[in-house]
Amino acid sequence: MKKVILVKNGEIVLKGLNRSTFEDILIKNIRRRLAPVGTFKFHKSQSTITVIPDDDDIDFDLAVACMKRVFGIVGFSVAVVCEKDIESIKAATLEFLGDDLRAVRTFKVNGKRSDKRFSMTSPEICREVGAHILSNIQPLTVDVHNPELTVTVEVRDQVLIHGNQFKGAGGLPVGSSGKACLLLSGGIDSPVAGWMMAKRGISLDAVHFASPPYTSKRAEQKVKDLAQIVARYSGRIHLMVVPFTKLQETIKDNCPEDMFTLIMRRMMMKIAQRLAQERDCKALITGESLGQVASQTIGALACTNAVAEMPVFRPLIGMDKDEIITISRKIDTFETSLLPYEDCCTVFTPKHPKTRPVLSMLEEAEAAIDFEPLIDEAVRGTQHCNIDAE
Amino acid sequence: MEAYLDNSATTRPCSAARQAMIVAMDTVWGNPSSLHQKGMDAGELLRDARTAVANALSCRPKEIVFTSGGTEANNLAVFGAAHAGRKRGRRVVVSAVEHPSVMKAFERLRDEGFDVCVLPVDAYGKISLADAETVIDEETILVSVMAVNNELGTIEPVEDLRRIIRSKHAPALLHIDAVQAFGKLPLSVNRLGADLLTVSAHKIHGPKGVGALFVKDGVRLVPTAVGGEQETRVRPGTEPMIAIAGFGAAVKAMRIPPLETIRELTDDFKQRLSALPEVVFNSGEDALPYIINFSLPGWKAETVLNFLSDRGIYVSVGSACAKGHRSPVLTAAGLDVRRMDSAIRVSLSDETTAEELAYCADGIAEAIRTLRKIS
Repeated sequence: MKKVILVKNGEIVLKGLNRSTFEDILIKNIRRRLAPVGTFKFHKSQSTITVIPDDDDIDFDLAVACMKRVFGIVGFSVAVVCEKDIESIKAATLEFLGDDLRAVRTFKVNGKRSDKRFSMTSPEICREVGAHILSNIQPLTVDVHNPELTVTVEVRDQVLIHGNQFKGAGGLPVGSSGKACLLLSGGIDSPVAGWMMAKRGISLDAVHFASPPYTSKRAEQKVKDLAQIVARYSGRIHLMVVPFTKLQETIKDNCPEDMFTLIMRRMMMKIAQRLAQERDCKALITGESLGQVASQTIGALACTNAVAEMPVFRPLIGMDKDEIITISRKIDTFETSLLPYEDCCTVFTPKHPKTRPVLSMLEEAEAAIDFEPLIDEAVRGTQHCNIDAE
Repeated sequence: MEAYLDNSATTRPCSAARQAMIVAMDTVWGNPSSLHQKGMDAGELLRDARTAVANALSCRPKEIVFTSGGTEANNLAVFGAAHAGRKRGRRVVVSAVEHPSVMKAFERLRDEGFDVCVLPVDAYGKISLADAETVIDEETILVSVMAVNNELGTIEPVEDLRRIIRSKHAPALLHIDAVQAFGKLPLSVNRLGADLLTVSAHKIHGPKGVGALFVKDGVRLVPTAVGGEQETRVRPGTEPMIAIAGFGAAVKAMRIPPLETIRELTDDFKQRLSALPEVVFNSGEDALPYIINFSLPGWKAETVLNFLSDRGIYVSVGSACAKGHRSPVLTAAGLDVRRMDSAIRVSLSDETTAEELAYCADGIAEAIRTLRKIS
């Protein structure tokens, strides 16, 4: 049986004259994501992209699993290709969907004839194929309103038969919205934030702050593992690991304790921004959620934001922790995020952090120290690597 | 320079063990249950290793059951004894500072309806015999206490438990987890009065993946796994001959130095630590000198560990960091949070040198000078 994947792309169809660009990005992403499965040809038509394997024997289950993680796809189905005559259609339907039909109680047949030269009309195709199914598989009844399985027969320049559609990941093709830089800590929130922005078509770079020996090599490995999981959705992530020890020690030695965290976060934003600019990223992404901790109150966010010169995306800002956890479980970062290694946000946490900080006081405390050479040093010492999905 | 001071986690495999494993891989690779010559050769190797372990514990070879390690041996002892004895009574007794492979087995016994009594410990993690006298009764079918605590080095008074069990007319089996004592204290199962005793190969310069449970002749255990006839059916499965060969060789090569020698070795190290006002010792004076547990309140143990690791000094943290779970042993010993979060364990083997300890002491002093306090 020759099989293909039919892709229904989502919002892309609304993109007017840019549509072709979006489709090309989507096709490039699908091609990369399906690389472990095999090589494919792509055919664009109206609202569908047809993915045609070069080899008929590929693992379609694996292909389906990979496709479910490609952003920019609303739904897709695996279809069988058959000859343009009704006897072939009937035989192929039973051969391809027989097991699925035996597993349900109700079905309907949906005929779509776009090649009007075909001798039967859509309703005629439905009747013929439906009757054939009913006479071969019992007990099964037709339910045109709420069928458990819809058999679709599309007559185009060839005939395509498929069952129910798989739900796609939605969103926009990664890369179609440009590139942004994710602040990736190793906690639960930041990988989710990265995933959410990738869903909106953002291609990801990530920056992680390491403070050895306060943080360990294992914490760094954990961040790489997390990036690898997110990369299953977002594609390759360029990860930058910033040596942050000297800055943290300087803050610890010279700044009032209740301001540690905020001054640290402002330094992180400055460094991330420098790296983002170098890498041509157009925005920063953080996993902040309003009110979750002292550094994420409205006042604290205002102070952190004051050093930002580019947009800061905070996709989790209005979410509860349990909502964030639900997503992290769904995308499979949760277990890894829970590994108990110290990260740089948890060293030197003040006992009573300021929840209503005053920007001028922070700026005054910072002015007492010459941070610029330390920031330069951190940016220069940053280690770069590319993280791909497994 | 390197200083490997995490010997309670694992030890460097010795050359005798390595050689024996190569032979088991290259030449004597048969299945000891096979009837042909290849099998008999392997059977001979198995018998030889079993005799070596038996000699080290002063028991008979038929009383040694090879397992996949300390964890499986502990599981087998606890579940096997409790399930075999459930008709004689419901009470099982355990110390509060056991290894998780014992502790979690008892938690499961509690779920199964056994009456689990946990013996409390003092500030050094030692049980009191008076407590044992109170809880061990005629209904008690199992008592499990470790010989040496893995985190603090505390030597538990296990040799007195047999007397208490007898005086209370308890039908109890006595299980001793001797993983940390093996190779460091002379162990005689008769003198200890043990019915069951656990040892592991990789703590005595043998390979990982093999251990043994001493099961006193006549003691019946309900196996935790079922299958073939191996290991008197208590532990079925084709014997992992490579690991067992390594275990046998490591046991034969084992020499137990007098404790005095180890004490002399550690005296200087402990004195140098005592000179640092930041250091608080957690291990007791009478603890096994191979294990030195101390805290640097204010610092985080993980940070100090990373700092030392960068200098080739390998120790372990006494408790996981704030995000992880705190050590049940240090919790049971009643340490405060600052001491717990900064607890570090230095553990020696018979191979440890004075130079390694001096280098480690230098590293700790440097860490205190360099690292910022966390709390």
